Amino acid sequence: MSIGIAGTVVFWVLAVIAVLAGAAVFWVDSMARATYALAVSFVAVGIQVLLLGLSYIGVITVLMMIMEMAIMAVYMIMFMGMNPALMPMSMVHGKRTAVATATGLFLALTAGILLAPWPARSGDPVPDPTAALGEVLMGSKMLVMIVVSAVLLATVIAALVLALPRGRYDRFGDDLRRRPPTDPQPGGVGR
Amino acid sequence: MVDPAVPLTAVLVAAGLVVLTTVTAVVDAGLRDPAMRDRATGRSWVSRRAGAVLVPVVGTVRLLRQHRRTTVAADSLLWRVGVVGLPVVALLMAALVPVGPGTVADSSVGIVWFNALDVTVWALVWMAGWGPNSVFGLVGGYRFLAQGLAYELPLMFALTAPAVAAGSLRLADVVAAQDGLWFVVWMPVAFVVFCLAVAGFAVWGPLSHPAGVDIAGGVFAELSGVDRLLMLAGRYALLTAGAAIGVTLFMGGGSGPVLPQWLWLAVKTGLLSAALIGLGRRLPTLRADRFAEIGWLILLPATLLQVLVVAVVAARQGGG
Repeated sequence: MSIGIAGTVVFWVLAVIAVLAGAAVFWVDSMARATYALAVSFVAVGIQVLLLGLSYIGVITVLMMIMEMAIMAVYMIMFMGMNPALMPMSMVHGKRTAVATATGLFLALTAGILLAPWPARSGDPVPDPTAALGEVLMGSKMLVMIVVSAVLLATVIAALVLALPRGRYDRFGDDLRRRPPTDPQPGGVGR
Repeated sequence: MVDPAVPLTAVLVAAGLVVLTTVTAVVDAGLRDPAMRDRATGRSWVSRRAGAVLVPVVGTVRLLRQHRRTTVAADSLLWRVGVVGLPVVALLMAALVPVGPGTVADSSVGIVWFNALDVTVWALVWMAGWGPNSVFGLVGGYRFLAQGLAYELPLMFALTAPAVAAGSLRLADVVAAQDGLWFVVWMPVAFVVFCLAVAGFAVWGPLSHPAGVDIAGGVFAELSGVDRLLMLAGRYALLTAGAAIGVTLFMGGGSGPVLPQWLWLAVKTGLLSAALIGLGRRLPTLRADRFAEIGWLILLPATLLQVLVVAVVAARQGGG
């Protein structure tokens, strides 16, 4: 699909924003700014996906990234021991290794991009690229995906049960008869 | 995304909706400000009314002239982004609404755009709370996120119901699908949850805990001058933009007899936002921890059941 001159301009502007915001994650001196710099970078990429004609996937990317970063900011700040997260702090550590790894990775990926024999477009784009993409990704593997989703859900629940700090015996007593339960924080529905 | 063929009227109606709310905000902020209220309580009925009309003007001028309060080690960038962002998000929401002559930003996934925009409010309110480097603001910001987690998932399922019934994520299609019957009639749960979520992202009424009086106004605590004006206006703009989307999703959008579409839309939106504002004033504020349990244990299963009912009806009708 051709995106035209306007599309090309939008692509490059977004690309520059995405890269600069990504780099800003390491320039800034606060956890909050680093988190939201990352969010800006992701949102720019999400909007770029719109240029591919994948409206739903692009908008969902924007939605998920903002939501995720809003929650991640809380954890980033919470898990900084002694809370220097609330004060100016450096976002980098192990600089020498990091710079070497990053440079090496950048060169390797760039070489890959430049050297790969990219296929030329053949045929016309389908009217609904989102549906076509879903078909390609999931079409023959739908049964596997459905089974995996149940397994994943079970894993999430099991992990929560294992990590649960207060179970029903803590709340309702050893014979599960205590009413109302003892909760450090009373809930809203009077359980 | 913006269709160049959309007449200027569409843009004007959408922008007009938001400007209207800004005026409402200013009136409200003026009327409720203790310093301003005294001016509105003249002796005679006439002078009281005259005073009440002047109060918003005086209030706006006062906020515009007020010096900006500065706090120690404030994160000005994030703070300003949070404050300015609210009215911007409201405008973008209004742009999605089909206003009769056309839609400013007609998207095949309009409902998802709306959802992405209301999630942006999470980031903005938290930033507005974080920015001033003040305890009350920060507590307010954290309360908003806790509350957001509780209203967002029910909201997502409430948005799913009209989309399933219309078989489309385009807002214009949702309006067209309500030709015979408004969705609010057979999706009351989704509608109520939607309105609650609008109150949530506008930090309003029962969900105004992040701006609670117990924390001196929370996310609004350190705001002054034009920042305060913008954020209060943004809050009302979000209420109205949310109401406009609610009218589009559940109350037939601009459809109605005799009057033109944009007028019906404005009338319905006005009524729904008046209801939201009036109810919000009368309902007690819910603590974020209490609302979290209500959201996850009552609202989420209720909306899931609602979507189930809607899906079964849509499947039987052969649509969707």
